[in-house]
Amino acid sequence: MWKWLHPYANPEVSYHFAGKLLPWLSALAALFLSIGIVWALAFAPADYQQGDSFRIFYIHVPAASLSMGIYFGMAVAAFTSLVWQFKLADASAAALAPVGATFTAIALITGAAWGKPMWGTWWIWDARLTSELILLFLYLGVIALHSAFEDKNLAGKAAGILTLVGVINLPIIKYSVEWWNTLHQGSTVSKLGKPSMSADMLWPFLFCFVGFILLVSVIVCIRFRSEILARNSIRPWVRTLVSKHIKEENNNAV
Amino acid sequence: MSVANLSYRAAFSLVLKRDLTIAMRHKDDIINPLLFFVIVVTLFPLGIGPEAQTLSRIAPGIIWVAALLSTLLSLDRLFKSDHSDGSLEQMLLSPQPVFILVLAKILAHWIITGLPLILIAPLLAVLLHLNEQSYSALILTLLLGTPVLSLLGAIGVALTVGIKKGGVLLSLLVLPLYIPVLIFATSAIDTAALGLPYSGQLAIIAALFFGSLTLAPFAVGAALKVSTN
Repeated sequence: MWKWLHPYANPEVSYHFAGKLLPWLSALAALFLSIGIVWALAFAPADYQQGDSFRIFYIHVPAASLSMGIYFGMAVAAFTSLVWQFKLADASAAALAPVGATFTAIALITGAAWGKPMWGTWWIWDARLTSELILLFLYLGVIALHSAFEDKNLAGKAAGILTLVGVINLPIIKYSVEWWNTLHQGSTVSKLGKPSMSADMLWPFLFCFVGFILLVSVIVCIRFRSEILARNSIRPWVRTLVSKHIKEENNNAV
Repeated sequence: MSVANLSYRAAFSLVLKRDLTIAMRHKDDIINPLLFFVIVVTLFPLGIGPEAQTLSRIAPGIIWVAALLSTLLSLDRLFKSDHSDGSLEQMLLSPQPVFILVLAKILAHWIITGLPLILIAPLLAVLLHLNEQSYSALILTLLLGTPVLSLLGAIGVALTVGIKKGGVLLSLLVLPLYIPVLIFATSAIDTAALGLPYSGQLAIIAALFFGSLTLAPFAVGAALKVSTN
């Protein structure tokens, strides 16, 4: 059943496969993002209460949900690597971590930028904001641990264990923060009190969302390829690849 | 009796006794984190002001944050010296399951650092004018919570023990994981101050304790295998 998957355990095959995917993904990402962003920022109707400042949600919401999705993806990769000793899974987890951290930071910064005009403050110890901040800390911990090891294989294993510990803790942290918040302050600022989005707001949002997912896959593909190269730098296929590349560069220079 | 056919219980108590003996011969390892705990707690009134009302309001948070930090400081000695003199590798090579040995080491760590902390906490609570109704909650949360700190911290130490400058990294890895304990412990103490039942919070800390008791040693074992490689 899973036999078709076996060739991709070979780093060389995976490297070229990711290379083939890359142009398609980039084109689609550019298409979706440009349609989505232009539609969302220029043509979608303004919110009747929040005016134009709600438009930041077209970036904020995809970033926030991707920040959690990427962590989950990292955990799946770490689990695969620990259980089946599948080395490429480490490479993909390493490729995912900084992207996830960046999206968490984007979610926090856009959220703060929205909060200033709406809530009148940059930061509020709201449950969701706090757990997003803690998620950022977890990401930074994984990245720091990964870069602390010289040996990439060890780094991948250690970071994988930490990722799995984090993914067990994440729901606990999330619920405890929610609980803490409801205890400490009576009423939270109500979020986006919208029962459902109207269609002319929803469509650009969906375009943005799909566009951001594609953007993440593009970046992860690029990082995955360079992780593979870094881990296999002594293999002959990498050497021939590099020497071919250098030759081409020289030809172009001449 | 050869080591190979030691029963699990004998192996557990052997490691526990060994760690406690080593700790008793380096008493500053026990005293220094405790002194740190006391000094951090004394800094807060100096920074915030001596008003009894403010202090009693923030006392649970101060005591618990100081407990987190002093546990963090003492975590290093859990595996570091054993790793540098090679005895950690011998333990991992022994036929007994790593789970048992790791659990014994963590228990020893808790006895050395967690227990003294619990004993001195009421004294500090007096200094901070903690509400009288909260003392039992403070002790109970510390009793249930500090083992969780040792267990979760052990994962962080096991991951960083092979790294030269692991100290700061350790705090980065471990502190986010300590957040739930901090939240529920301080909330239990606050609730007790109002004279309300706090058994719910205690139950959750107990759940965290048993969850980490069963899961953390596996993670520690896996991490140690990576670190000693």
